[in-house]
Amino acid sequence: MSATATEAPETHDALVEPSSLSPRRRAFNNIVKSREASILLVLVVVIAAATVKTPSFFFSGNSWRDLLLTPSILLLLAVGEAVVIITRNVDLSVGSVLGLTAYLTGRLFIDHPGINIMVVGVAGLLVGALLGLINGVLVGWGKVPSLVITLGTLYIYRGIVLTWAGSNRINASDMPSGFLDVGTKQILTIPVLFIVALVVLVAVGYYLHTARGGRELYAIGSDPDAAELYGLRVRRRVVSAFVLSGALAGLAGVVFAARYGTVSSDAGTGIELQAVAAVVIGGVAIFGGSGTVWGAAIGAVLLVTINRALPILGIPDFWQQALVGALIISAIVLDRVLNARRARHLIESRDNS
Amino acid sequence: MLVTEKSTAVLDMRGVSKSFGQVVALRSGSLKVDAGSIHALVGENGAGKSTLIKIVAGVHRRGSGELLLDGEAVDFSSTAESKAAGVAVIYQEPTLFPDLSVTENIFMGRQLLSGGRRIDRAAMYAEAESLFKGLGVKIDPRRPALGLSIADQQIIEIAKAISLDARLLIMDEPTAALSGVEVERLFTVARRLRDEGRALVFISHRFDEVFALGDMVTVMRDGEYVATKRVADTNVDEIVELMVGREVSNLFPKKAAEIGDTVLQVDGLTSAGVFHDVTFKVRAGEIVGLAGLVGAGRSEIARAIFGVDSYHSGTVTLGGSSVPIGSPRAAIRAGMAFIPEDRRKQGLVTEASVARNVAGVIRNKLTKAGLLTQSVENAAAGPWAARLHVKTSALDMNANTMSGGNQQKVVIAKWLATNPTLLIIDEPTRGIDVVTKAEVHRLLSDLAGQGLAILMISSELPEVLGMADRVLVVCEGRITADIPRAEATPESVMRAATQSLEAHR
Repeated sequence: MSATATEAPETHDALVEPSSLSPRRRAFNNIVKSREASILLVLVVVIAAATVKTPSFFFSGNSWRDLLLTPSILLLLAVGEAVVIITRNVDLSVGSVLGLTAYLTGRLFIDHPGINIMVVGVAGLLVGALLGLINGVLVGWGKVPSLVITLGTLYIYRGIVLTWAGSNRINASDMPSGFLDVGTKQILTIPVLFIVALVVLVAVGYYLHTARGGRELYAIGSDPDAAELYGLRVRRRVVSAFVLSGALAGLAGVVFAARYGTVSSDAGTGIELQAVAAVVIGGVAIFGGSGTVWGAAIGAVLLVTINRALPILGIPDFWQQALVGALIISAIVLDRVLNARRARHLIESRDNS
Repeated sequence: MLVTEKSTAVLDMRGVSKSFGQVVALRSGSLKVDAGSIHALVGENGAGKSTLIKIVAGVHRRGSGELLLDGEAVDFSSTAESKAAGVAVIYQEPTLFPDLSVTENIFMGRQLLSGGRRIDRAAMYAEAESLFKGLGVKIDPRRPALGLSIADQQIIEIAKAISLDARLLIMDEPTAALSGVEVERLFTVARRLRDEGRALVFISHRFDEVFALGDMVTVMRDGEYVATKRVADTNVDEIVELMVGREVSNLFPKKAAEIGDTVLQVDGLTSAGVFHDVTFKVRAGEIVGLAGLVGAGRSEIARAIFGVDSYHSGTVTLGGSSVPIGSPRAAIRAGMAFIPEDRRKQGLVTEASVARNVAGVIRNKLTKAGLLTQSVENAAAGPWAARLHVKTSALDMNANTMSGGNQQKVVIAKWLATNPTLLIIDEPTRGIDVVTKAEVHRLLSDLAGQGLAILMISSELPEVLGMADRVLVVCEGRITADIPRAEATPESVMRAATQSLEAHR
């Protein structure tokens, strides 16, 4: 597009007066300038770099499958976490919820031989939702920051798993092969588990964008006090965000069991921090109010892919961790810088008008 | 005052009361507002105006009394209920969602829907556009609320109220942060709404606005209804008398003080895009007023002098020695004190006790072996609080439970404890009631009399004219006039405050 170059100086105005642009140009700007697009670009660069170094990273039988399959669990968690963070809360208990429902999945297959796989999936979802409800109720009525509440339930839920499982371990042989097949099955080369995660992502993303309830979640995160004055049902919305996050973590637990085949009491330990990291990298503001689940999903894929790509690129262990850390910090710094710049532009345009 | 029984009152409150625990915030509030009229609500701080408003808004529930809306008794237990009944409240600080678009802010919670309960964004943008057109303002419906001026934010709130088809629109000190032009625009919009037959209530501390905009005015005092007057039939003196229950002889009692040597010398201070070539001096015993429209750069100049913000070129000299750029610590050590505009956020640790606040700046001098004890703090703070008549039974009281006037005094006490030679004070009496205002003015005048140099920023013209020995007028980051007390008139100051605007365009 040759027009883009000549119109470049106008981008500043475009930020300020979006309505003066044609609808198509507006849509183009929205996509190209979005955080999601830039994070997607980083992902592409990472994949490309790894592929150049080791072509089998992308061009081998299993690599395409792994690229999609490995992030599926984190993707589910990140979607739920994003919704919670958008409301200016955080859910640190998702790793423990995942561990609990992963173990539950195994127990159900052992204690009820022949149980329907769908029933197990729904059970995981419901148990996760219940645990999320506990989080939500404590946050909504306890008037205690969600960081503290969910840090507490992180330990409590994990304690339940430890007591329940002890040193027992669920092995692949305990679970029906039909269930384990789900972990590897593909439809048109796309892993089923990834499709599950994708369906969840699209449903949540659509809801956040087009439903009143979804927009209210953004409003609550943007300014909780204002939301109260608007007459929004803040507490109810926040509780439902936690229920969703719990339910998705519960589902992720079932997916975990299907994917790895073995579940011990420490399944999913520490994954909550990865979920938060994915959300932050994906451009969801840590203080709520902005960002999308699309970004969080790309962030999850990026985080997992980077962890796989860095060893291939020959980067030592320490630097791998440090690089992920740098990515998180730069995402937040970028957020601050972009926000400050946007605010300044908006204020300047006000003064000039 | 005549009250006809069969009236068209949109809002009729009679003998409404409200207590918070032991504290009675509202003893007996009454307010009657007719359709198609603008009703001003005035009273000192703590008179119960805000409580009254919050009862109508559904934020608080009244203790007793009657609340009628269009003749029907109502009892709101939430803001959603009052909103549904057609009451819209615009608070002092507009409550918008900065991350969301202007349009989403207007329609939040009741977005227009198309098939399948999907939000119909196109319809909302169109609706927002027509709302803004109806109000005669130009705001892009797609831009985020972030970065909007307070004036524009209020317009958004008003647009919201109109889209709700509110019968009753209540504005709590809407003009507190607006410049002259913005106030005019707001008034135009308010009159338009009145002519549409809506009822408007606005709280204000500025009498000129009450008389410019109001049709009726209700005065409250100490949580009680005092009187309702037709604006055309009353005058400022009468209203002030009703508010304070006695006559206030002189609101701005600046006494002549002996002018000494130059204390502060500012030379060619420039910060690109903020202010340019600012040069002036303040002498001992002198109060220099920094006047101008909101956003002209007055606060920014003050912040740069004190070292909160840095600047690109120029020098600041205090008592003969230069003050380094960007170091409030050095400025304090050199003898500067700075009382910012937003005392809750910048001047006061509201969760701490009065003693701790007052002792805060001098705590380095109070420590013994690096430790700070409460008794030392109390001992240091006591005389200052007493001298300023801070009405706090104990110094242990938390600052956030005090009135705005007392908070301001605590902030002043805090800085006086450092024995400054220059006091910079930004909007010393914003949001402070008439009596406390006079006390603050008397205090500043006394301090100047003791040889303190004072640089006072104020948006209230009468305050500047009454208090300042010299008025510096700032316009678009430049000092456009230096007017001695004798020649300062509202006209000369306003002309200087707007002149370069005209010259630049």
